[in-house]
Amino acid sequence: MKTSEEIFNILKEKFGEAIGELVSDKPAESVIVVSPMEIDKICLFLRDEKDLEFNSLMNLSGVDDANGEKVKDENGNEILKGGTLSVYYHLESISLKHKVTLKVSTDRENPEVASVEEIWRTADWHEREAFDMYGIKFLNHHNLIRILMPYDWEAGYPLRKDYQNPEFYKGMKVPY
Amino acid sequence: MALKTEEMVLNMGPQHPSTHGVLRLELVLDGELIENVIPHIGYLHRCFEKHCEAMTYPQVIPYTDRMDYLASMYNEFGYVVAMERLMNIEVPERVQYIRVIMGEFQRIASHLVALGTYGADIGAFTPFLFCFRDREKILNLFEITCGARLLYNYMWIGGVSHDLHADFIRLANEFIKEFRPNLKELNDLLTFNQIFIDRTANVGILPAETAINYGITGPNLRASGVKWDLRRDDPYSIYDKFDFEIPIGKGEKGTTGDCWDRYYMRVREMEESLKIIEQALDQIPEGDVSSAIPKRVKPPVGQIYARVENPRGELGYFIISDGSLNPYRIKVRAPSFVNLEVLGELCKGHLVADVVAILGSIDIVLGEIDR
Repeated sequence: MKTSEEIFNILKEKFGEAIGELVSDKPAESVIVVSPMEIDKICLFLRDEKDLEFNSLMNLSGVDDANGEKVKDENGNEILKGGTLSVYYHLESISLKHKVTLKVSTDRENPEVASVEEIWRTADWHEREAFDMYGIKFLNHHNLIRILMPYDWEAGYPLRKDYQNPEFYKGMKVPY
Repeated sequence: MALKTEEMVLNMGPQHPSTHGVLRLELVLDGELIENVIPHIGYLHRCFEKHCEAMTYPQVIPYTDRMDYLASMYNEFGYVVAMERLMNIEVPERVQYIRVIMGEFQRIASHLVALGTYGADIGAFTPFLFCFRDREKILNLFEITCGARLLYNYMWIGGVSHDLHADFIRLANEFIKEFRPNLKELNDLLTFNQIFIDRTANVGILPAETAINYGITGPNLRASGVKWDLRRDDPYSIYDKFDFEIPIGKGEKGTTGDCWDRYYMRVREMEESLKIIEQALDQIPEGDVSSAIPKRVKPPVGQIYARVENPRGELGYFIISDGSLNPYRIKVRAPSFVNLEVLGELCKGHLVADVVAILGSIDIVLGEIDR
């Protein structure tokens, strides 16, 4: 059983630059910030290393940090420009009973994160949901399509903080 | 001369009695054999997570009821546990006992629906009526407690909305006394019925390694022989005070992790839940149930991932607070959402008729998958 600090030190030694900081302020849980392009290699290491054995991905969640600049678009609606989107990974080892939380942040205009679908099959649908809700593109995902929204939804990504409700869907008035 | 054959694609649902809600399965068939199953979900999507961002924290609770509508109490339980950890609230002991009692009654009620409808899916209609008769009595207990039968808004952050009814403990004990023989009756009627066993044993086998990699939790994981129960392995509330066993699948009628094992796991869990309820009813202390309820729910800045053992598996709430009265982000890790993903893997190589048996054994609730 290892704490987040110990896991952070192991990762820092192995991956160096790709590992950012360890954020730990109580009562919130500690989070290790890592690079979005290296997340797949880091996760593979976490799963296969003997003393870590993170064999289960409990949860994967997209978040809109909404830290960009607020501007008006042509219709007068307030939208966000720049800033970041994040993905949180909650990992757990069922055999060793320890947990860790990873976080990656990616550019809002072109959000790209390496997929961990090959490492834990459960990530497939989780990543599709994050794509559906935030438009985060998971590179090398075999089937990155919408999952909860209609496949042909064109009005954007609903959980982004600047999402605008569309007036029409395929020519039909959307009632609210 | 070899005949040229093509795969056939068949749609099962969205309106189909055995999909337990509005689920469309795209079956890729080679004759009668399944080559692949692709679930299409989202028909019940009503933006739970987006709604939450416009609500205050206590206002989210009735919404959580409507996710897994067969286990509403437990959805509230998970949410209040997460909020109390984030806000560092100490909950009175009586409240903890009440929550455990309600949670375990809800587990029994939920499993009864799972088992009853599973029998009905496979063609045994009588057990369905037996199960619903018993579930009705549990709903009556909930009704005298908080006035609602399905969607309760009972557990609040820091407490519960009403104290137990004066008659509750007597009625609950009566129910337990009545229910034990009924459980045996269900076993005689369905569990050990040879026709039922032929239909479910050695069908849809889920090996432990695959189950963990797919993130399967709850009875489905335990049926594959993994002793993993959050009530024991990541304790929350006061589950560490009770003496109960964690049943695991042993492949008694076929192979470990087959449909029969997943079915039987739920029967065994109901027995364990009865044990927990009996102990809790026995030990419950007196006290005030609303003393720790905060007037204004304004958690500090931070994020938390808290999880509980829902009747269907690990129900996790990932909550980010920005220090205001509304949640910045709530993500729900719904157990059915994750459990359904493995369906394609389980169905490969089985007959079309087995899809219903396999889907029923996973026990999904679409309200929670689509949120």
